[in-house]
Amino acid sequence: MDYEFLKVIWWVLVGVLLIGFAITDGFDMGVGSLLNVITKDDSERRIMINSIAPHWDGNQVWFITAGGALFAAWPVVYATSFSGFYMAMILTLAALFFRPIGFDYRSKLEGTKWRKNWDWCIGFGSAVPPIIFGVAFGNLLQGVPFQFDEYLRVSYTGSFFALLNPFAILCGLVSLLMLATQGGAWLLMKTDGHLYERVRKSTFITGALTAVLFGLAGIWLAFGIDGYVITSEFDGNSVMTPLMKTAELQSGAWLANYSAVPWLILAPVIGLGGMLLAGIMGAAGRGGLAFLLSSLGIAGIIMTAGGSMFPFLMPSSTFPSMSLTMWDATSSETTLMIMFVVACIFVPIVLSYTVWSYFVMFGRLTKEHIAKNSHSLY
Amino acid sequence: MINEAVVELSRLQFALTAMYHFLFVPLTLGLSFLLAIMESVYVITGKQVYKDMVRFWGKLFGINFALGVTTGLTMEFQFGTNWSYFSHYVGDIFGAPLAIEGLMAFFLESTLVGLFFFGWDRLSKVKHLMVTWLVALGSNLSALWILIANGWMQNPVGSEFNYQTMRMELVDFGALLMNPVAQVKFVHTVSAGYVTGAIFVLVISSYYLLKNRDLAFARRSFAIASAFGLAATLSVILLGDESGYELGEVQRVKLAAVEAEWETHEAPAPFTVIGFPNQELEVTEYALQIPGLMGLIATRSLDEEVIGLKELKEYHRQRIINGIYANQLLAQLRQGNEDPLVKENFDKVKDDLGYGLLVTAFADDINNVTEEQLQMAVDYSIPKVAPLFFAFRLMVASGVLMLLVFAVAFYQNARRRIGQSRTFLKLVMLSLPLPWIGVETGWFVAEYGRQPWAIGEILPVHVAVSDLTTGQIWLSMGLMTALYTVFLIAEMYLMIRFAKQGPSSLHTGRYALEKETDQLKAREV
Repeated sequence: MDYEFLKVIWWVLVGVLLIGFAITDGFDMGVGSLLNVITKDDSERRIMINSIAPHWDGNQVWFITAGGALFAAWPVVYATSFSGFYMAMILTLAALFFRPIGFDYRSKLEGTKWRKNWDWCIGFGSAVPPIIFGVAFGNLLQGVPFQFDEYLRVSYTGSFFALLNPFAILCGLVSLLMLATQGGAWLLMKTDGHLYERVRKSTFITGALTAVLFGLAGIWLAFGIDGYVITSEFDGNSVMTPLMKTAELQSGAWLANYSAVPWLILAPVIGLGGMLLAGIMGAAGRGGLAFLLSSLGIAGIIMTAGGSMFPFLMPSSTFPSMSLTMWDATSSETTLMIMFVVACIFVPIVLSYTVWSYFVMFGRLTKEHIAKNSHSLY
Repeated sequence: MINEAVVELSRLQFALTAMYHFLFVPLTLGLSFLLAIMESVYVITGKQVYKDMVRFWGKLFGINFALGVTTGLTMEFQFGTNWSYFSHYVGDIFGAPLAIEGLMAFFLESTLVGLFFFGWDRLSKVKHLMVTWLVALGSNLSALWILIANGWMQNPVGSEFNYQTMRMELVDFGALLMNPVAQVKFVHTVSAGYVTGAIFVLVISSYYLLKNRDLAFARRSFAIASAFGLAATLSVILLGDESGYELGEVQRVKLAAVEAEWETHEAPAPFTVIGFPNQELEVTEYALQIPGLMGLIATRSLDEEVIGLKELKEYHRQRIINGIYANQLLAQLRQGNEDPLVKENFDKVKDDLGYGLLVTAFADDINNVTEEQLQMAVDYSIPKVAPLFFAFRLMVASGVLMLLVFAVAFYQNARRRIGQSRTFLKLVMLSLPLPWIGVETGWFVAEYGRQPWAIGEILPVHVAVSDLTTGQIWLSMGLMTALYTVFLIAEMYLMIRFAKQGPSSLHTGRYALEKETDQLKAREV
């Protein structure tokens, strides 16, 4: 197994972690985002929170592990993106703070005010991170202003508000809506009665909107946003840094991969189709199927972003040649190899006990169940 | 040029978030094990009271756990946000244990903690017990990987600098795992966590005993905590961090600073019980010393020397001079000079590259370093002694006090006299802050004692920071401090409320406060 192959594998593995994060933590963020929107009373809110209670913490580890994997496999991406998007990242963390505490503390006391406040915290903590992640991807697709000195010290020259440009906000909305669809599909498997009826509607609306806005973003990307291309020759097996190549901005460059690898078009098709069908199946009350379809849709949407940019990870709008790509932003061969072996051993183990935990907790939650176990549930 | 304010603020933010995080981590480490022990007793004996113990202490565990998870998020990402050059420079090595921690440990702990809380009716007794043990295992494995990462910052083994990629790269994964500093730190840190959990249970049980309430529940909790706590305290003290202080230069400096050992003494060196270290004059004023003791503790021998700070500084001076040369050669290599002689010379001195970077805190141009700037770098190469000296003594004192508490508690347990001395119960109540004083001062010694390095001998903190403005850091630190304060208030409020209610909060109908309300209701009817 050579260096070049390991670099490709790690590009795939980081993608898998991101998709894993969006599918799992995505549904509990979706549920959290919908918490104050589709419920009418405390017991409905408790049903929603308890539907994700046993799982949100494990799901969140996808996010943490994705952060760790980024650090280990692409340290310079970890360094550049988090320090560059500084305020956005701090805001994401601050929003995420509210979830563990909100979930655990909200139902520990009876007061309506106490619970109401935590409900808004959970809503905020669940809706803001997906919006910011979408906005971040929207900016990556347009290139962001950073540069390196000769010792590879990065400096970022953009501002927080510059991140909030129209295309990026559109991406933020796609991200939020796709997770709301995922959350809705989850709730269809976990609820009944009036709440279930409302979830059917919401899933249809968010699923259809995701598909429409994703399509819109795709058209915008194809015709309105210039992509980046590497213009120098390089050997994927060699030791590279972001200072060792040349690259430039080129219109239509983000479409180049689709003509080079025609089946890549499946990614946006699955993304759009999956979300639309998830909405329709949701309206039809087919929760399991809707969940499967929206998970596929999420995978398709993330693969579209990654596949369009390949091999770029974080293009520099200041000096395109300093862009971070999956060829030159990676760790050493030794580290990639060790981490690959670790991933081969532990990802299957993680998946097996995760599936087991879902299996154990399978089933719908009713108002009676909440009332009966009022002091042991969230 | 380095912005000093950004460096200081970044350090402050890291210190605040890390120390805050570690208010919750040790309790998670300790309680998860205590819960597993209690549940094992439940499964073996079948007695309901042990199940109630797991559920009640588990409730308090959950309140604490939520904040541990929350504040851990910051830890995982702030290397990237605030320490971007650090992340680039050592990510090849440092990132690996963090990622493995996620995959091997944190997934296990977090996935199964959901089943621990909500799986009681869905799992058999034995399966639930297995889940609880795996949560404890996960939290401890998590500590292992974090301390492997931290141990590498103290004693960076198994890696080498690559001038082409401008970073440290992993060459020996085995050495990273088997880093003796990491091993010592792991045992010491998790044991401190067990002590924290044990004091927590011991104190709250004593409260019920003092209130003469739920005695069977309180005595059993007290008994388990006293035995577990005694074993853990002995482990913390005997396997103290000092045994790792001979390993690596940073640890040697730390030892000398902690003991305010300015001069190298003939072996075995005396132990300074108390005194006032004066950094400028390089002496410890009003020192009260016990001959021979420190050499014995630190080197575990009578004839090995503990090297003093003055001598260490002279040694650093030479390395800084070499390091300046190394940086000059590096500049040539980075500019594309392919002369093999430059490369060869660089390889000879590249281990001192980090020492050369110390000068950049004082000199703009590394080709033009004055004698005065060199001296400043030499002084900068050791941490401030006084804070370390006092923090260390505070840590040791808290450990010794806790040992006394557990020794008496365990004696009472063995003689079946738990709860008979009200005076002792009141003393136990006072011991509640001790483990937190111990762990916070302990981490302070470990991390402040590593100064001026972010990575020992390799990367000084002032080079490790991100390219941020002070405004950005003030804003993020202000936001986090405000939120953390609110969270702490909410946490303490719930913790105190449920601790006071005790097992009655489970609403099983078996405990004191519920019976009272039941009786009241019956009377009203």
